[in-house]
Amino acid sequence: METVKRKLIDENGLRVDGRRPDELRPIKMKVGLLANADGSAYIEQGKSKIIVAVYGPREVHPKHIGLPDRAIIRCRYHMAPFSTTERKSPAPSRREIELSKIIREALEPVIFSEYYPRSMIDIFIEVLQSDGGTRCAGITAASLALADAGIPLKDLVAACAVGKVDGQLVVDLNDEEDKEGEADMPLAYIPAFNAASLLQMDGQLTEEEFFKALEMGKKACLKIYEMQKQALKERYLKIKESVEAGEENQEA
Amino acid sequence: MPLHVEHKQLVVPGELLAEGDYLPGDNTYMASGKIYSQRVGLAEVKGKKVSVVALKGPYIPKVGDLVIGQVVGITLGGWLVDINSPYTAILSVPDAIGKPFSPELGPLAKILSIGDTIIAKVIAFDRTRDPSLTIKGRGLGKMEGDVVVDLAPTKIPRLIGRKGSMITMIKKLTGCEIVVGQNGKVLIRGRNPKMVELVIGAIRMVEEQAHIPGLTDRIRAYIEQGKQG
Repeated sequence: METVKRKLIDENGLRVDGRRPDELRPIKMKVGLLANADGSAYIEQGKSKIIVAVYGPREVHPKHIGLPDRAIIRCRYHMAPFSTTERKSPAPSRREIELSKIIREALEPVIFSEYYPRSMIDIFIEVLQSDGGTRCAGITAASLALADAGIPLKDLVAACAVGKVDGQLVVDLNDEEDKEGEADMPLAYIPAFNAASLLQMDGQLTEEEFFKALEMGKKACLKIYEMQKQALKERYLKIKESVEAGEENQEA
Repeated sequence: MPLHVEHKQLVVPGELLAEGDYLPGDNTYMASGKIYSQRVGLAEVKGKKVSVVALKGPYIPKVGDLVIGQVVGITLGGWLVDINSPYTAILSVPDAIGKPFSPELGPLAKILSIGDTIIAKVIAFDRTRDPSLTIKGRGLGKMEGDVVVDLAPTKIPRLIGRKGSMITMIKKLTGCEIVVGQNGKVLIRGRNPKMVELVIGAIRMVEEQAHIPGLTDRIRAYIEQGKQG
């Protein structure tokens, strides 16, 4: 039986969900929504939904895993059993263990861990609904949660994937484009240093395409970076507005 | 040599604060001649020094700090005290009772048992050693029957106010005794439960509105209104 592959880019140059090649999915970010965590963030990127909690710096247990000159950073990326169309076993898979490691390594360069020797910082990334790009959205949200926890950071980390579908470079792939496309390249970008802290690639790109993709990824990350800054400030500005509105009412 | 922020402007980590002829203060760092923020907070410009007053963050002990802690463990030579910090503090027997441990003292739990709240002072802390406390001194020691309220440790200076203006005002208006622990714990002692409640409300306001100017006036209005109603 012959299966017909669905076209991922239509004759108008639009993608399966109607986006232009360089267009991000709609992104929603919220900071500080969990009361029990020291810092927390929530991100919705298209249909992907992720919640992140940060604890710390806190006491290390067991004590011997602590380091004398800096805090240890631990990260757990986990997908909820209901996050995918078919139930995912809640036990950490090989993929989740690997992603936990690379996400930790993407965030480590911005954390001033040397300020808190013999302590640890825990990052929990919980994917509630998955539609591609969860490692990138996880990094984006985790850096917000770290900032919300009051942990000193050199900069926020913004992340976004670039890929190739139907021979064309596109940013912020969704699940279908990721699975059916020719290449997928997640990128985590630190604007203050103009550096990448995560760069992976799955599939094939020519050298020329790679550099173009990198440039597109950088631009997309900068857009996300602006949204991150906005999300962090929003919470405080909202309280400010309501207080000022209250005062005006009193005067009137 | 431009300055990129205004005084008291809300900033986030990685935000460019100033370039060139400025000095990095608290919660900022310098990289290739540019000063960036490390934390979410309010920018503060004093002369050539640019710093950030953080809105949230952990408590890191400093020698001389007054802290309010809870006894969480008893060892051979002293007590372990939770001071709301990444590091558990140690209170040794001489720092608690003024003389060294001797078996005649009986079990240490007779002096302080697990769960007790103490007002203590940090006497030693560095990066290789956990903080040491003392409860010898005026106003220090075990507490009983007082209310302890949590506040972000970074907002403690805001609760105290410039030269203690805020805390003095709250004390005066409510008649409550208030002990502010630098570790984000505030102890309230008052006969009138209604006044204690007003102090708690005022602390909640500091927690929520520390970044908005005019806080002292709002808290004064809040307490005065509460006293009438």
